[in-house]
Amino acid sequence: MNRLATVFADTRAHNRAALIPYVTAGDPSPLLTVPLMHTLVDAGADVIELGVPFSDPMADGPVIQRATERALTYSVTMRNVLEMVMDFRRQNQQTPVVLMGYANPIEAMGIEQFAREAASAGVDGVLTVDYPAEEAQPITDALAEVGLANIFLVSPTTPYAREQAVLKQASGFIYYVSLRGVTGAALSDLDEVRAKVEELKAQSSLPVGVGFGIRDAETAQKMSAFADAVVIGSSLITAMEEVAPQGDAAVLAAAYGLLSPIRAVLQR
Amino acid sequence: MDYTQYPDARGHFGPYGGIFAPETLMHPLAELTEAYAKYRVDPDFLAEFEADLQHYVGRPTPLYHAQRLSAHLGGAQIHFKREDLNHTGAHKINNTIGQAMLAKRMGKTRIIAETGAGQHGVASATVAARMGLECVVYMGAEDVARQAPNVARMKMLGATVVAVESGTKTLKDALNEAMRDWVTNVDNTYYIIGTVAGPHPYPMLVRDFQSVIGRETKQQSLTQLGRLPDAIIACVGGGSNAMGLFYDFLNNDGVAIYGVEAGGDGVETGRHAAPLCAGRPGVLHGNRTYLMQDDNGQIIGTHSISAGLDYPGVGPELSFLKDTGRANFVAITDDEAMEGFRLMTRMEGIIPALETSHAIAYATKLAPELSKHQHIVVNLSGRGDKDMNTIARIEGWTL
Repeated sequence: MNRLATVFADTRAHNRAALIPYVTAGDPSPLLTVPLMHTLVDAGADVIELGVPFSDPMADGPVIQRATERALTYSVTMRNVLEMVMDFRRQNQQTPVVLMGYANPIEAMGIEQFAREAASAGVDGVLTVDYPAEEAQPITDALAEVGLANIFLVSPTTPYAREQAVLKQASGFIYYVSLRGVTGAALSDLDEVRAKVEELKAQSSLPVGVGFGIRDAETAQKMSAFADAVVIGSSLITAMEEVAPQGDAAVLAAAYGLLSPIRAVLQR
Repeated sequence: MDYTQYPDARGHFGPYGGIFAPETLMHPLAELTEAYAKYRVDPDFLAEFEADLQHYVGRPTPLYHAQRLSAHLGGAQIHFKREDLNHTGAHKINNTIGQAMLAKRMGKTRIIAETGAGQHGVASATVAARMGLECVVYMGAEDVARQAPNVARMKMLGATVVAVESGTKTLKDALNEAMRDWVTNVDNTYYIIGTVAGPHPYPMLVRDFQSVIGRETKQQSLTQLGRLPDAIIACVGGGSNAMGLFYDFLNNDGVAIYGVEAGGDGVETGRHAAPLCAGRPGVLHGNRTYLMQDDNGQIIGTHSISAGLDYPGVGPELSFLKDTGRANFVAITDDEAMEGFRLMTRMEGIIPALETSHAIAYATKLAPELSKHQHIVVNLSGRGDKDMNTIARIEGWTL
């Protein structure tokens, strides 16, 4: 069983939702990314979503745009991100790492080459915002070849027929975008989210995580009642951003401080 | 090869194009594809579009024989397709009329647009005003500064102009921001993309709405010249005026096609906006196409005197035409474009946009290589009033 399946089997067995924090690789600085990943695990992260910086993050809100721009001041590349994962794996062989980003850095490396290097670095899954199911078959095949999950977004605007097409290629888990909007926007209607998550779970045995717009423990707890995982991104980055001038230790403490109370409320 | 077969049902022009969009936009894009498939053959829709082009835009635009410029260059006869005479001063309105008609039929109450030089923003604000739709235009902060007259026009027309401060503060960042708006407000909002780029069906539908340029040019060539031109030339930023002129000629092998990209300080300097001349294929803004990018797939900053050409990508159909060899792509530097601008203004009494000046500059290179009995058509895609500030600065004048 791969790392993602192991984690979700474990959280299911313990009747809780998995915690998936998102950080952008290289933010606030490339040297801090691996220590930050270990801190996230210490704070209770079950899976780490690691953003691959891209110059044109068209689906991201201002918070993750800023994180991306900070990372790009260090010219963080896809290969740098894979090196960070490799480095993380020296101490941690259990926690799955999912790369989240955009198609072009993958295209620049070549899809097959990327899949091979990601697998050997210790990546577990890949989520590419601008590879929808219609254009994703080449990367789905390349990732499957090396045993990596291709993780897809499903949104409130995804009709039932499209869900079917997405589920045909999806593996690892389904990432349900809980709002119409970019990352970090305000969450709208919890009942709508619940209905859609339950619709997805009825069609697939894959776990369904929920993200975009989960800002605090209270919302996370509500989501955890029906979602298999909650993703925390923009609010985590904001917490770190606020203390960044105080140095690396403050950044790590802020990440820990934001996540651990959320982790505590995910037990159903 | 029959070029009218493209794109295929999934929006591909050979390996280019497609729908590389975030999941939230996939269903709205499918709805747009469906609506367009219905209305592109709907007699009422087409009649309304035709009538608007005639009575509101002022079509057909003339095909003007620039005799003095042709004689000065001593080669082929140069003719200008006068898109600068359209209402709002550029070809952009052909497309915004068509898309606003779609928006209205799809029940959308709000339109958004991105703009570089501001011509598409003005054309969008114009149709929004006329149709009573709310309009928000995203424009890179750098472009807001260098295209002030167009910003003022959009505001007069009632549009909200949002200066985009992220990234390079130019057209690509305006496009990112417009996409983010659309993702957020997808239920009531129609996104009028101004060029033949973006996810399918935009490259196709923008091309179709602009293809009136080439259809008229073909008719006018047959009437005025007694035959088709030997060469057609258009500047290429995203490529809407180029595809508009080229499309009806793609299956006419005897007509040479030239797309002119912004060479900036010179393609060899790296400071330019010429992805077809010096880029490689990748994925950006919803489609696969030639891009200006570094080895790691990051999009790199572009440079051009002209805000409308300052874009690191290009429409996927133009990438396809490059690979098939049907069209030739060349680059014209900032300085060469300024020379073309001066020559055109002084010899023909027409003040062209700086974007268009790139196409004119290439015509001045090509014409002398051809005989006096040959004919070149240049798409005079827009007028230059909006560039007053930039021109005055370069020429050292105080306005």
